[in-house]
Order: sequence, then structure tokens, then C-alpha cells
Amino acid sequence: MLERFAVSPKRRRRDRLARSAILAATAIALIPLALIVYYLLSKGLGSWSWSFFTTDPTGNTFFASSSIGGIKSAILGTIEIVAVASALSIPIGIGVAVWLVEYGRDSRFAHTVRFFVDVLTGVPSIMFGLFVYIVLIIGTGSTYAAYKGSFALALLMLPVVTRSAEVVLLLIPGALRESALALGAPRWRVIFKIVLPTALPGLVTGVLLAIARAAGETAPLLFTAGATLKTGFGLSGFMNSLPIQIYTDVTSATTSVVNRAWGAALTLVAMILLLNLFARMVARRSSLG
Amino acid sequence: MNVDGHTPDTAPAPHTTDALSLPPATHTPEIVPYDMLEPKPSRLSRISQTDPAPDKRMSAHAKVGHGVKLEKLRAFYGEVEQVKGIDLDFRANEVTAIIGPSGCGKSTMVRCINRMHEEIPGARAEGRVLLDELDIYDPAIDVVAVRRAIGMVFQKPNPFPTMSVFDNVAAGLRLSSRKPSDLQHKVESALRGAGLWEEVKDRLGEAGAGLSGGQQQRLCIARSLAVEPEVILMDEPCSALDPIATLKIEELIDQLKVRVTIVIVTHNMQQAARVADRTAFMLGGELVEVGPTQEIFTNPGDPRTEEYVTGKFG
Repeated sequence: MLERFAVSPKRRRRDRLARSAILAATAIALIPLALIVYYLLSKGLGSWSWSFFTTDPTGNTFFASSSIGGIKSAILGTIEIVAVASALSIPIGIGVAVWLVEYGRDSRFAHTVRFFVDVLTGVPSIMFGLFVYIVLIIGTGSTYAAYKGSFALALLMLPVVTRSAEVVLLLIPGALRESALALGAPRWRVIFKIVLPTALPGLVTGVLLAIARAAGETAPLLFTAGATLKTGFGLSGFMNSLPIQIYTDVTSATTSVVNRAWGAALTLVAMILLLNLFARMVARRSSLG
Repeated sequence: MNVDGHTPDTAPAPHTTDALSLPPATHTPEIVPYDMLEPKPSRLSRISQTDPAPDKRMSAHAKVGHGVKLEKLRAFYGEVEQVKGIDLDFRANEVTAIIGPSGCGKSTMVRCINRMHEEIPGARAEGRVLLDELDIYDPAIDVVAVRRAIGMVFQKPNPFPTMSVFDNVAAGLRLSSRKPSDLQHKVESALRGAGLWEEVKDRLGEAGAGLSGGQQQRLCIARSLAVEPEVILMDEPCSALDPIATLKIEELIDQLKVRVTIVIVTHNMQQAARVADRTAFMLGGELVEVGPTQEIFTNPGDPRTEEYVTGKFG
């Protein structure tokens, strides 16, 4: 009797094969990730110390008798440049997404905007740096400045923020908007009080992705914000940043300077991880149940 | 013309003195139970930027409840005509049920009454929808004001997921542009009006989405009651609910009609028979007939109605 419902050996074999294939793919994907974390920790942790975070790089890379300094200016520079870039790109990006989902919908202009946002997502990051270089540095006949680096990063973040926010907003059920509209709420209030708060956790995820990507970019900063040693907060001066610090350190002939690059890389990853945890906590607290 | 009916110190309109089967708890002294509030003239007539002829305004004021009248209403999705010219009266303080097979245009027609139909891209409506003789499709009318006067309850209970029970009910008041005053009382009386107060009074701060399906739907009814609409449209409000929750909503509908005019779309003919004063039967985007519920179900004038109510198709 039972045999009518027994699983055939052939199907069982196929199931096992498919399962192990998927498992293998997962394992292969995890290997580089695990290796990256391992190398970062093993090579980077060694150079971490109090003075590593609290002193500027000295520029000395030859004489063992004097210190090479830490990465203070790079940490503060990255925070400032990325913060300004975020302040520029997040509101605009989410604004574009809101327009696309709530107003533009299927109009021809909306499709055009979507197309260009997609194109922008695929543009190599050095192009944003080049664009800012040509417009704001060659164009104005001036030199590198932190805010120009922020502009380049903001351009890079904009399509990422827009695209991810659009996807999240599309997931908000139309019934929610309808029931709010049916209460006699003006459309903009429905967006601010219902749609955006409901979408918040997803919006945060997209924004974090964009920030993480921007924080790790070297190319757009190379010839926009420049490289410097000293900590400075003025947006119109040169500003150091972690990717640039890593870029210049890693090619050095001195072991201690190369190790500083590893330390800086680990710092960058740790900062993004902290930001992630913090933002997720905030997003969770602000949404109920 | 009884203009005096609306000065505050006159006796309440006749229907409010009817024995209302309210639970005893509604008589907390400082709270005005929802259905004891005195009916007001259509808010739309005050909000509207048009200045209707004086006689029209007077007649709106003189009425106790608020009726809705469709005149040659047609509704389109792109080129497809879904509602094909309907003339229909929804009488004040009555429950009118709309029945008909799937796709006959019932929901579309109802969504035209508070201008939700036009929210769908490519959708439009023609003809007139009169709320107390005021055409809500008049270009001078603010669609937001229309929706405050004509509330809507949807098929699936859809409390706002980020909001607590209290905030859900207050949402309509907070979302509309005027500054809400007396929020606490309004929320309580709306919840009482929806028969939900006793069940949720100790968990007002909890998530609205955490209630049971039936409670969620009554929460949605409370949410639309809170803005004090004159008409409530219900689009198959019980189709996602179990029989007991359905029964509660039906009892609620019966209590609410002293205060608002109710239009209910339903697939369930027993439900129409239980709650509706009048029933309209639609087929293929057209109104086949409308009449007292009893008559539609026992002695319909059109053979197609008879076939439908006796279950021969649909």
C-alpha cells in the first residue's frame, strides 16, 4: 500500500544532487568573504593602537628612527566627505524615487528618468571623478577641495539611493496609500506620514549600501579632494581620506607603511559595520512591532 | 424648510432619540458617543469653493442625513468602459447594498463616489455624483474634501502598519490639514462607534496590525468614523473575515446608519438581505434594478435579477 506514495529513488537522487549543488555555490561564495575578513584582521589588527587613531600621518616613510604617524586625518576626512556627499545625495535620491513611484509612474518622462538612473548606476566611479575634475577644477581653474570630492561621491551615490528607494517604495502596498487617501489626506501627507515611515527600514538599507560604496571609493577622490597629511575641516581645502591613504600606503617600500594600509582598511570596514548596526537599530526602534 | 434644526440648542433630530442598542459602557458622562453627535450639514458644502445657489445650500442644511445620487455615471479604465451610465439614489441614513457577479463594475462604481477611481492610472469617470445636490465632480471641488465627507472601508483590513491602535484612529484627523483638537475624545468615540473600545481600551499603544482580522476591520471602520464622514462606502468589508467577525460588522452597520449613509458592495447575498434597506443589482456595468431589499430577493422585477439571487449564475 505504502509504495504508492513512496519517493522514487531517481527523484531522491536528483533532489540530493540539486541540494548539494546549491550548498556548494553558497560555500564558494563565502570563501572570498571569509578570506577578506581573515586577512584584514590578521594584517590590520597589528597596526591598531591608540596613536594610530589619534595622530596624523607624518609623511616619513624612510627613516626607521622617526614615526610614520597614524591615520587620524584620513578617518576624519572620510567621515566629513561622505557625510557631505550623503547630505546632498540622500534627500535628492529619495525625492526622485518618491516622484517616480508616486507621481511619475508610467509616464514617458518617468521612463526616461529610470533609464538614465540605470545608466548612471553602471558608470565607472572614476568617471564621476573625471567629471568633477573637468567641471569644478579645470572649469573653474582652481585646485583640489574636499567639497569637490563630496560632489563626486554624491553623484556616485545618487543612482544607488534612487534605485534602491524606488524598489522599496514599490513594495508598499497600494491599499495602504488608498486607505490614507480615502481618509481625506492630501497626497503629500500620505507620502510623508504613511508611505515613507512604512518604507523606512528598506530605505535605510539602500542608503547604507550607497554610503558603504561611497566610503570605499578611491577613484572619485584622487583628483578632486586630493591627498594630504594634516587634519583639516575646511571643505574648500585638501582633505585626506581612508581610501586615498590606503592607496598611497600600499605601494610603499616600507613594511610599516604597508601595514598602516591594512590597518586603515580594517578601520574603514569597521566604520561601515558600526554605521550599519547603528542605522538598523534606529530604523527598528522607529517602526512598531 | 426647517433651518432651525441646526441651531445647537434645539432638540436633537428625531432619529437620534430612537432607542439605540448601545452597550451600557457608551454612557460615560464626559464622552459623547459617536452616534449621539448631532448631524451637521454636509461639510463639503462649506469646504467647496463654489458658492452654490442659496436655495441649494438651504436644502443641504435642512436634511438630517446626507444622500448620494448618481447621474449617468460612467467609469473607464483607459478605453474600457466598466460602468456604463448608472442612475442611482442612495438615500440618507439607509444601507444600500450593491450585488452582482464578479467584474460587473460594483467596486468601480462605488470608488467613483469618493473619487478614488481616478487614483488608478488611466482611469476616469464621467457623469455626475451628487452629495446633497452638490456635484463632487465639479472642477471647483477639492477632492480631498470629498474624501473627508465620504469615507471608505476596503476589502482587506489594512491598518497602518507603523502605527498603534490609537494612532491608526487618529490618523485621519492628523493627516487632514487642520490641527486636530480633542484627539483623545474623538479617538475614543470613534472606537466606541465601531464597537471596538471595550476590546482595545487597554492596548491603545500596541500595534494596530497586532489585532485579529475582525478587530482590524473594525479599527479601519473606526478610522474612517473619526473624521466624521457623511457617507461610508464599504467594498466587500467582510470578505476576508470569519462568520463571527462578519456578524459583528453587520451589527455595527445597523447601528451606524442612524448617523451615516452606507453603501456596501457585497458578494454575499445573505449579507445584503441581512443589512441592507435597499439593494441594487448590477450586471455588465449596468444597473439592472434597485428596490427595497425584501422585494429584490423575493419579487424582483427583472428576470436576470431573479436568476442571480436564486443562484442560477454568478
